[in-house]
Amino acid sequence: MKPLEILTQALELIAALAAAPLFLGWVNQCRAWLQNRRAPSIWLPYRGIRKLFHKDAVIAENASRLFRVAPYIVFGAMVVAAGIIPSMGTRLPFTAAADAIALVGLLATARVFLSLAAIDIGTAFGTLGARREMMVGFLAEPALLMVIFVASIISATTALPAIAENLATQTLGLYPSLAFTAVAFTLILLAENARIPIDNPATHLELTMIHEAMVLEYSARHLALMEWAAALKLFNYACIGFALFLPWGVATGTGGPLSLLASIPVLAAKLTVTGAALALIETISAKLRVFRAPEFLAIAFMLAVLGVLVHLLLGA
Amino acid sequence: MLDIDSSLRACLVLLALWALIGIAGLLRPMSLGFVGRMLFPLGALCGVALAVVAATSVGAPAEHAVLKIGLPDLPMHVRRDALASFFLVLLGATSAGISVFAAGYFRRGAGTAPGLMCLQYHLFLASMGFVLLADDAYAFMVAWETMALSSYFLVTTQHGLPEIRSAGFLYLLIAHVGALAILLSFGVMQGGSWQFTFDAMRGAHLTPCWAAIAFLLAVFGFGAKAGLVPLHVWLPEAHPAAPSPVSALMSGAMLKMAVYGVLRVSFDLLGKPEWWWGLVLLALGLFSALYGVVFAAVQTDMKRLLAWSSIENLGIVFAAIGLGIVFHGVGMNSLAALALIAALYHSLNHAFMKSLLFLGTGAVLHSTGERNLGRLGGLIHRMPWVAWLTLVGALAMAGLPPLNGFVSEWLLLQAFLFAHQVPRTFVNMILPVGAALVALSAALAAYVMVKFFGVIFLGQPREPALARAHDAGLLERIGLLWLALGCLLLGLLPTYVIDALRTVVAQFSGALLPSTGAPWWLLVPLAGRQASYSAPVFLIALASIVVLTALLVRRFYHHRVRRAAAWDGGFGRLSARMQDTAEGFGQPIRHIFGAFFAVKRELPSAFDSAPRYGVAVGDRIWQWLYLPLGTLVQRIADTFAWLQQGRISTYLLYSFITLIALLALML
Repeated sequence: MKPLEILTQALELIAALAAAPLFLGWVNQCRAWLQNRRAPSIWLPYRGIRKLFHKDAVIAENASRLFRVAPYIVFGAMVVAAGIIPSMGTRLPFTAAADAIALVGLLATARVFLSLAAIDIGTAFGTLGARREMMVGFLAEPALLMVIFVASIISATTALPAIAENLATQTLGLYPSLAFTAVAFTLILLAENARIPIDNPATHLELTMIHEAMVLEYSARHLALMEWAAALKLFNYACIGFALFLPWGVATGTGGPLSLLASIPVLAAKLTVTGAALALIETISAKLRVFRAPEFLAIAFMLAVLGVLVHLLLGA
Repeated sequence: MLDIDSSLRACLVLLALWALIGIAGLLRPMSLGFVGRMLFPLGALCGVALAVVAATSVGAPAEHAVLKIGLPDLPMHVRRDALASFFLVLLGATSAGISVFAAGYFRRGAGTAPGLMCLQYHLFLASMGFVLLADDAYAFMVAWETMALSSYFLVTTQHGLPEIRSAGFLYLLIAHVGALAILLSFGVMQGGSWQFTFDAMRGAHLTPCWAAIAFLLAVFGFGAKAGLVPLHVWLPEAHPAAPSPVSALMSGAMLKMAVYGVLRVSFDLLGKPEWWWGLVLLALGLFSALYGVVFAAVQTDMKRLLAWSSIENLGIVFAAIGLGIVFHGVGMNSLAALALIAALYHSLNHAFMKSLLFLGTGAVLHSTGERNLGRLGGLIHRMPWVAWLTLVGALAMAGLPPLNGFVSEWLLLQAFLFAHQVPRTFVNMILPVGAALVALSAALAAYVMVKFFGVIFLGQPREPALARAHDAGLLERIGLLWLALGCLLLGLLPTYVIDALRTVVAQFSGALLPSTGAPWWLLVPLAGRQASYSAPVFLIALASIVVLTALLVRRFYHHRVRRAAAWDGGFGRLSARMQDTAEGFGQPIRHIFGAFFAVKRELPSAFDSAPRYGVAVGDRIWQWLYLPLGTLVQRIADTFAWLQQGRISTYLLYSFITLIALLALML
């Protein structure tokens, strides 16, 4: 392990932890602009998290220990995930321990703990949220796996940094299979991060909410960790997308510390554009009924499978 | 028996000991103390010893022996090779945990007397061991039938209840239809030599057509035991009927005997399997996996849910075997080895995690008397030991890293990822869809496990009686702990397991997974390809971040907690009835996979004075296949019923005509 690799790893973790709420704040700001509202401060998510950490935790009488442990596990899973995804450099020492399939497993672990914690209190909201979250998850997870498979088959590896490096360094070619999977991935990103059209992050209307219903019983530091984890999840998904579809600009093995330094503004630019695009998608689309969500996700799944088939058929 | 090598002799002695322990149960059949506190722990010790003996002999060359028991002039041949050793380890290690649990489980003498139960239980264990060691068709069928019969009696322990009797009958029926197919398969495989030793079958040269027939018969026969769709109908009936340790043993160990059988027949007895046989297994396995998990998601009985989940897992195992056969058939040896290792690994994992979950349901059943998910809930407060240990099994079953279920799925997906190099375009098109189905089944398994664990252990108790639930006793906890530790270690140390499995697979299939020279903590399936996974590092990273976060939050802020009532939306007290029921939690699946189910709804009209709402989810295969089949058999029987006149003279006439016909045939 070279010092530079460890530096890259540490830098990525810190960047993810620090920038995730900022990214969320940016998306919210863009959304407000697009909807002709006065935008909240871009720093609002930080203030919210800080405020929550200072408050006294109120926990339901029925809560078990699982309920109190879950925020830490969900948060930890998202931080570990951030360590796997090559957002700035591809030489990450930790990624030997977990490849892209393990990343999907890690995201599933977070989802399962979040859902179990939601069931734990035994309210109608919690169980409803958990059920819907698992419904979204069981379709989104295999779809994400198929998306990753396409890139894995192209690069003959399941290690995410190696995929990113391979796609970034080869001569610019257009893969039709990647076009299919990029659409699929966008749908998955929206669904998995509780965005419109599957869920509305701004709603507390019980008939429509998913994520908010699950964390309804959390307060104070537990809620802060959950919110931070949700922000990290969005950040992570965006970075998975960059690694698979926009891998240019990350520091690869050949570059020195300078390329690592150069990757910071590149990542910032990608996040800025993605955040704006996300806000645009959310503004121009309407929320689907919950019954329609499986169709939306089935489309994502089918597109991803189609991507694999297209790649195998056309070899591109 | 003098000329037998040591490890084979030790295995046989341990199997005989199991049988002896069983017979000892008859000495004091009504004494729970003697049977429970003495014999079952002894049986567990035997299991541990068997696992140790078999594990140390995995790498050793095969050993033969001839036992002079049984019918005159028909000695039993036994043989221990790497494949048998692997399954003996599986049997010994899981049965150890189950036996310890059972020692504490059979408390009240309901149904069969404890001594008799002890006999059936240990005979069941010994016969499973003998299935693995048998080296001729005769010994195999005797052991196979003993296994089926002893487990039938175990299933019908509570034979006073009519539904348990009918579940047992269904099990017995399908077990025998399967056994017939296996017998026919052996008949084909002896290839005209009329020698029924496995050695003769290995030497027989079958035409491709006959080999395929033998293979398909074996798949039918063993598939009936493994619960492959459409021969799965007995599983969801028999598992809930049996006492929990027996369900655990059946699901954990007995279903794996079918896996053993298919591997033995296709790789060992038939020699080189054809690649298209793999596609048959792959299709059957994937369909079973999806079918099983979708049905598991809508069950309301916790043991039935687990039974359906077993169908799913065995489906995945068979899909992996099928993939291995495809690779093997086209000469891609290291990938074949990878897929077969995934199949064996998943068998071992499933043995541990499913036994753990069944024993967990057993503890719940014991303490609450309820199997219906709709009457459980909140047990994590009353039964913390059972709840947390079951959580380990549930997370493993959901395929989450760093537990064991994830490792085998990871290996299988790695094998699928390379499928595009198969030199058959048609197969290339199908395999990615297979990978997608495996991924879908795995994700649905997580759904099922959240439902299973959440509805039983989390939330509020749905019945007031649950407040009196008590945690499992000491022996039961030890049994659960043993299996949970197995799940954890199999997940954390996969390289050791894979090293052993590499030898096993190389010995029975000839496909060798090349060693990659990776360190013990890093799992690298194939050299020259960047794909690795390290469970220990993964766990350490996750755990250290979780602990660090907790410490930091504590250090910089505070850890004050206030307890208050849950938010009720301002409508007054929440009640336990407002939570999702098991039906409610499964509703999205019922909606999305509606085509799979035969749903019967009972909806009240607006004017009902006593409105009732009911929904029953049935299996379409039952309606489409089994009921018409039953009608057909009945009709054929009716057609031939006129032969049965009830007069002795008519019957004499039949004998006379038969005699004449035979004479005419001879002359």
